[in-house]
Amino acid sequence: MILIYQALCFQMNNRLRLLCLLFLVTSTTALTSAKADEVVVAVASNFIKPMQRIAGDFKEQTGHEVKLSFGSSGKLLAQITHGAPFDIFLSADTDKVDRLIKHGLAVSDSSYIYAQGRLVLWSAAENFIDDSPNILQSDKFNYIALADAKLAPYGKAASEVMEALQLEKRLKDKLVTGENISQTYQFVQTGNAQLGFVALSQVNNKNANSKGSKWLIPSALHAPINQSAVILKRAKDNPAAIELFAYLQKKTTQALIKSFGYDTINSTRNYADAR
Amino acid sequence: MLTPADIGALWLTFKVASITTLILLLLGTPLAWWLTNTRSRWKPFFNALIAMPLVLPPTVLGFYLLILMGPKGPLGQLSNSLGLGTLPFTFSGLVFASCIYSLPFVVQPLQNSFESIGQRPLEVAATLRASPLDTFFSVVMPLAKPGFLTASILGFAHTVGEFGVVLMIGGNIPDKTRVVSVQLYNHVEALEYTQAHTLAAILLGFSFVVLLVMYTVIKSPVRVQQYS
Repeated sequence: MILIYQALCFQMNNRLRLLCLLFLVTSTTALTSAKADEVVVAVASNFIKPMQRIAGDFKEQTGHEVKLSFGSSGKLLAQITHGAPFDIFLSADTDKVDRLIKHGLAVSDSSYIYAQGRLVLWSAAENFIDDSPNILQSDKFNYIALADAKLAPYGKAASEVMEALQLEKRLKDKLVTGENISQTYQFVQTGNAQLGFVALSQVNNKNANSKGSKWLIPSALHAPINQSAVILKRAKDNPAAIELFAYLQKKTTQALIKSFGYDTINSTRNYADAR
Repeated sequence: MLTPADIGALWLTFKVASITTLILLLLGTPLAWWLTNTRSRWKPFFNALIAMPLVLPPTVLGFYLLILMGPKGPLGQLSNSLGLGTLPFTFSGLVFASCIYSLPFVVQPLQNSFESIGQRPLEVAATLRASPLDTFFSVVMPLAKPGFLTASILGFAHTVGEFGVVLMIGGNIPDKTRVVSVQLYNHVEALEYTQAHTLAAILLGFSFVVLLVMYTVIKSPVRVQQYS
């Protein structure tokens, strides 16, 4: 069998080489032909839906192309530090943005809090949660999902809530962790975990099949989930990126962000105006 | 250098891979033997089905398994009615998923070595009045030994390297579903590069040694040809 594989590999070598070459050629042309009126934005998983909408509106109004890359903030941070070609970074927290500024990879005076996340206890089953934490005291569930507290701000907030409610011990053996908030949502949506701490923006999302029942967790039970945005160094002379950054801070955009289940802070500095 | 959590993840990975390999050898042997000898016109269909995990992205496999094994999926309903509960986030669920994920890596080497034995030794055994079962155990199995070795090694090693599927259905529970690849991934995500390096180096060394052993011990997997 191994011999056959080796023979196959040998035969395929030339074709593979051609493929690699083709790939290289197309990717370099793509890079060199990238126009200035294109913005590449790295977006934390929880903000996918609002950002898609904002990008669509922005393109309609300005004609600038917006490309979105999604992932956990940690992964995006690692990609940016290793030279990923992003213009704007919408993190799920503030630490990662501060870290980029400290390392000289982001424009220091551009960072601001674009949204404050709201955490919600959610179940895909209707009438399972009665808009209160009572369900957490019951034995009606086998698993409760949350995002990894070490990796995701929503996961950290979820552990703070459990701590505040003194439920850590009780829930310890029922916890399943998603790598990011999207995966956590998936665990609950498929019914594999009966309960989960997810972002309100995910539950509010009309496209996803997310009826179910929920308890909107009072913000007082956890440290605020401040989500920072920043312009990356590579984009400081990209007018489209700066325009999009200003667009994010407009009143109408902020209202849109709110409608997706976030709070916004009014005292934002306007980078484009300051310049 | 290794934290207790790292050692736990390594041990768990070893357990998952061993159990998966054992199950796959038990189920894969009759399956491969049937595929070798069948004249069914469905044979290409089954061959294709078994080879699927080779080409499918693990995330596709993980996504479907999460839905199928969930409380609304057919597998989940079956396991629920058997009183086993649902499989995601459990050790058994992980073993089940690994069996599907590594199936071709066990069945294909077996099938290849069975096919290379040819009809002749079987006919000779039959003329000596060996029953089909006897033939299988005293003629086929010894002749297919390299196939069994390859199947075990590849099945084990491939399960150790499993990542996407576990990420989708595991739920990252220490000592139950947090295998070494996921632990490594978490270290990288949390920017704990020192621990990540240690685990990555262990996996790298392991993979090389396993393949080295395979290529040293089984110099020619198709040597059985000379008997026919």
